[in-house]
Amino acid sequence: MYQTTYHRASSVDEAASLFAKGSEPKYLAGGHTLLPVMKQRLASPSDVIDIARIKDLIGIEVTGDAVTIRAATTHNDVANSAAVQKAIPALAHLASTIGDPAVRHRGTIGGSLANNDPAADYPAAVLALGATIKTNKRTIAADDFFKGLFTTALDDGEMITAVSFPIPAKGGYSKFPHPASRFALTGVFAVKTKAGDVRVAATGAFQGGVARVGAIEAALKTNWAASALDSVTVSADGLMSDIHAAADYRANLIKVMAQRAVQAAG
Amino acid sequence: MGIEGIGASVVRKEDKRFITGKGRYVDDIKLVGMTHAHFIRSPHPHAKIKGIDASAALKMPGVLAVLNGKELVDDKIGNLICGWMIHSKDGSPMKMGAWPAMAPEVVRFVGQAVAVVIAESKNQARDAAEAVVVDYEELPAVADVKAAIAPGAPQLHPEAPGNQVYDWVIGDEAAVNDAFSKAANVVTMELSNNRLVPNAMEPRAAIADYDAAEEHFTLYTTSQNPHVARLVLSAFYNIAPEHKLRVIAPDVGGGFGSKIYIYPEEMVALWASKKVGRPVKWTGDRTESFLTDAHGRDHVTKAEMAFDKDHKITGLRVKTYANFGGYMSLFSSSVPTYLYATLLSGQYTIPAIHAEVIGVYTNTTPVDAYRGAGRPEASYLLERMMETAARQLKVDPAELRKKNFITQFPHQTPVIMAYDAGDFNASLDAAMKAIDYAGFPSRKAKAKSEGKLRGIGVSCYIEACGIAPSKAVGSLGAGVGLWESAEVRVNPVGTIEVLTGSHSHGQGHETAFAQLVADRLGISINQVQIVHGDTDKVQFGMGTYGSRSAAVGLTAILKAMEKVEAKAKKIAAHQLEASEADIVIEGGEFKVTGTDKKIALPMVALAAYTAHNLPDGMEPGLKESAFYDPSNFTFPAGSYICELEVDPGTGKTTFVNFVAADDFGRLINPMIVEGQVHGGLAQGIGQALLEHAVYDGNGQPVTASFMDYAMPRADDLPSFKLSHTTTLCPGNPLGVKGCGEAGAIGSSAAVINAITDAIGNNALEMPATPDRVWRAMQG
Ligand SMILES: Cc1cc2nc3c(=O)[nH]c(=O)nc-3n(C[C@H](O)[C@H](O)[C@H](O)COP(=O)(O)OP(=O)(O)OC[C@H]3O[C@@H](n4cnc5c(N)ncnc54)[C@H](O)[C@@H]3O)c2cc1C
Repeated sequence: MYQTTYHRASSVDEAASLFAKGSEPKYLAGGHTLLPVMKQRLASPSDVIDIARIKDLIGIEVTGDAVTIRAATTHNDVANSAAVQKAIPALAHLASTIGDPAVRHRGTIGGSLANNDPAADYPAAVLALGATIKTNKRTIAADDFFKGLFTTALDDGEMITAVSFPIPAKGGYSKFPHPASRFALTGVFAVKTKAGDVRVAATGAFQGGVARVGAIEAALKTNWAASALDSVTVSADGLMSDIHAAADYRANLIKVMAQRAVQAAG
Repeated sequence: MGIEGIGASVVRKEDKRFITGKGRYVDDIKLVGMTHAHFIRSPHPHAKIKGIDASAALKMPGVLAVLNGKELVDDKIGNLICGWMIHSKDGSPMKMGAWPAMAPEVVRFVGQAVAVVIAESKNQARDAAEAVVVDYEELPAVADVKAAIAPGAPQLHPEAPGNQVYDWVIGDEAAVNDAFSKAANVVTMELSNNRLVPNAMEPRAAIADYDAAEEHFTLYTTSQNPHVARLVLSAFYNIAPEHKLRVIAPDVGGGFGSKIYIYPEEMVALWASKKVGRPVKWTGDRTESFLTDAHGRDHVTKAEMAFDKDHKITGLRVKTYANFGGYMSLFSSSVPTYLYATLLSGQYTIPAIHAEVIGVYTNTTPVDAYRGAGRPEASYLLERMMETAARQLKVDPAELRKKNFITQFPHQTPVIMAYDAGDFNASLDAAMKAIDYAGFPSRKAKAKSEGKLRGIGVSCYIEACGIAPSKAVGSLGAGVGLWESAEVRVNPVGTIEVLTGSHSHGQGHETAFAQLVADRLGISINQVQIVHGDTDKVQFGMGTYGSRSAAVGLTAILKAMEKVEAKAKKIAAHQLEASEADIVIEGGEFKVTGTDKKIALPMVALAAYTAHNLPDGMEPGLKESAFYDPSNFTFPAGSYICELEVDPGTGKTTFVNFVAADDFGRLINPMIVEGQVHGGLAQGIGQALLEHAVYDGNGQPVTASFMDYAMPRADDLPSFKLSHTTTLCPGNPLGVKGCGEAGAIGSSAAVINAITDAIGNNALEMPATPDRVWRAMQG
């Protein structure tokens, strides 16, 4: 690790002003992405601004229409929240599949979304549920947030403060873990909104990161049933290929995981 | 057996310190004035070093030196050696290129060290390393074994034309040809055995401390065999004569073979310590483990098996290409030859065997012995052949095996090994019973009705352990003897220290070895301390690998114990005024049989040291040593059966059951044995399903971290059902065979046989990733 200066911010504003002062600053939440990268000397922030203990960034609120998770809430808190389990069980389930207990007790939803790893789980939920990302400057719709591998709509220094998920009529997440990293080799979140829309997002599969799967959405819109996907073919174009899964295998996984997500959604 | 004697599942003495974080590993040791080394490693698989500019680095804070391969060669530090000479079929000795500890001119794999920075702190060394400019001229590279021997392939070493190290043969080719010409059935397979990274939990580390006044070095190192390290460092690497070099291997966090070898980093640390006049520490990180710990396996093989009309095996023909990586590691040459091809008879009567092994250089990390070393490759090959043959001949795979089992012992195979004892039917029967083999067809049918593909796979392995005898291995080219030494010191108050040349890095010697002493004397294991891992304490030893510590190391302790007991009995008899022949040892006391006369061990020990009243002419003291050189290998064997289901949608494998029936001879501590089997099975299953060290076509490693290299985790594994069938090993007085590698040797084939049974397609390679299985299901 290179030399860096550590700050612990006590409010969102203080964090933002510390950020503005640094030459190459970085927010630090759970540190489960940032710290390993720093240890490998692949990142060398001048200042590390710890936002994980800002009270305003921690907590979950559930209303009749939405589940709002503040940015520094850990995966473990989401997985074990009775309110989330009741309102959007698939979201709690998704959080429970992230990494291992140590990771879930540190990693945060804000860090995960800001990082936008192409194999991370949360992006699938955010996109499929049509969530809204709240930052210290504005709100961003899920469809506008993810901009490709490790890239988002966030401006430099812009901080995610919360994510608001509309409660769907039905929602399911099915993840096929990467055998080594246990991130999603392919994970599919399938949603039927209260308005009757169908939104299906796949993570871990696309070269450009999380994306919706039109062929699956169309079939499920006609018939919300796993069997409705039997005859659907997912194209392997634009899918990742690596030693663990070739593109055609990932295409198969998108379909099979979608079927299982629908089954899980009920 | 007594509650702490042989056969008792005594809780491990060493676990208190390991579990409470009090283990003392090399990295825990901090010497006064210690400096830190950071190696600069090649990012290229094959390149010429045109220049190294360290001028900027040398000016950086805390930097003491930047040393390179040219300086190392100028200082006459010897090249790394390969300690087992193999001759090609034309009689020529194997062809090896030089391996200097840091590359002076050419690098041949990614991660090879080219220079080292010595600084006050690790971070300063890393900072400075980034300022060292190495000017490389990239050369074409080759990583794949078959590509490396193809005409026109990039050439690694001028000494080894065509990248071929040797072309070695064993067995009777004419007899095999004859068998095939008369065969009723022939089974042919092409198989690869995937390259693995050992991934011991503790990365390698070294601290070298040069004392200029004494001209003496101390090396703390993560070694499985500190005495061999000292021998090689002094005899071949020109570091220091043996009496001026102390090697200490303290607590070592796993080895699996990868810590047998003497690596460049230890050599450089020693050399650098003298140059900078300060202790030098190097602790590898996980990336360095992936790039520089000797890898395992990596074979490509074509095998053919001939059967007569009664389904008896009549011949086996094998041709294997073994990938050695960029350099020949310490024992690498022996692994695909004498540790592999000599086991190709498996548990079967095979009248004629011929194997050809072509050893090949590639631009990859050097490959050497890894848990099982050659024997997993042989076992995987044979057991896939047997399963395939059964399918081809349309007979039950267990029945085909039984029909061909060796049942008479001793049995001389056509490939050197003389099996001394075993009962292969007993272990297969035990495994079949444990898994309810007979009930499998109905379980398969039921699974099918639920949309699941269920399969069962058998694997019957044999291994040669306790690698020995010295004379025999010497005649096959080994550069070392393979005996073991022990010293038993009874202290004046009756506690006992046992010094052993074996080394424990997870095997539980501190407990199991103490159990032997406890058993013999009828005392508690707490009165016994096992001392190992320090060349200043233990006179000599060959270390631990090849499941040899119980069969060879513990027998050496037994031999020393016998001498101690004989002398102690003499003293006791003298003190009790009885005949030596009437003395028996029980419950820590020396008793005169048939009387109530007795004397406790501490009193005997005290008498030995006060020497006030010893038999005439007896020397004082109670300390004996022994060197034990066995007469043969030992032959652990067993049967593993795996039952699993494959998800038709994803190709993912889920275990239903895994049973192991092993014959390890006498068990010293069944709990430790169980742990060894669990670990071995995890590694064998890891090889079958998950692990694979992959290089791209240009020699760049693709799997150099746990993000890409899939290590097995607890939830990847089933809950194993273990059992034992026992034939005592006639080759050693304890009747022990060894258990450290069996799981890794026997399990891979059971898993693959079960998957191919489930999916009905035999064309499947390890690791059987969901992608590969799914692909195989598509036909
Ligand atoms: C062993 C391991 C296994 C894992 N497995 C999984 C898995 O299975 N699935 C999965 O999805 N993830 C997985 N992760 C990732 C992990 O769960 C975290 O989600 C991820 O590391 C990012 O969250 P964090 O809170 O740790 O962020 P940090 O590492 O602290 O930060 C990551 C990046 O986001 C920025 N950032 C953090 N918070 C904010 C914010 N509020 N606003 C703007 N920018 C911000 C930081 O500046 C940094 O650039 C794994 C991680 C590890 C180490």
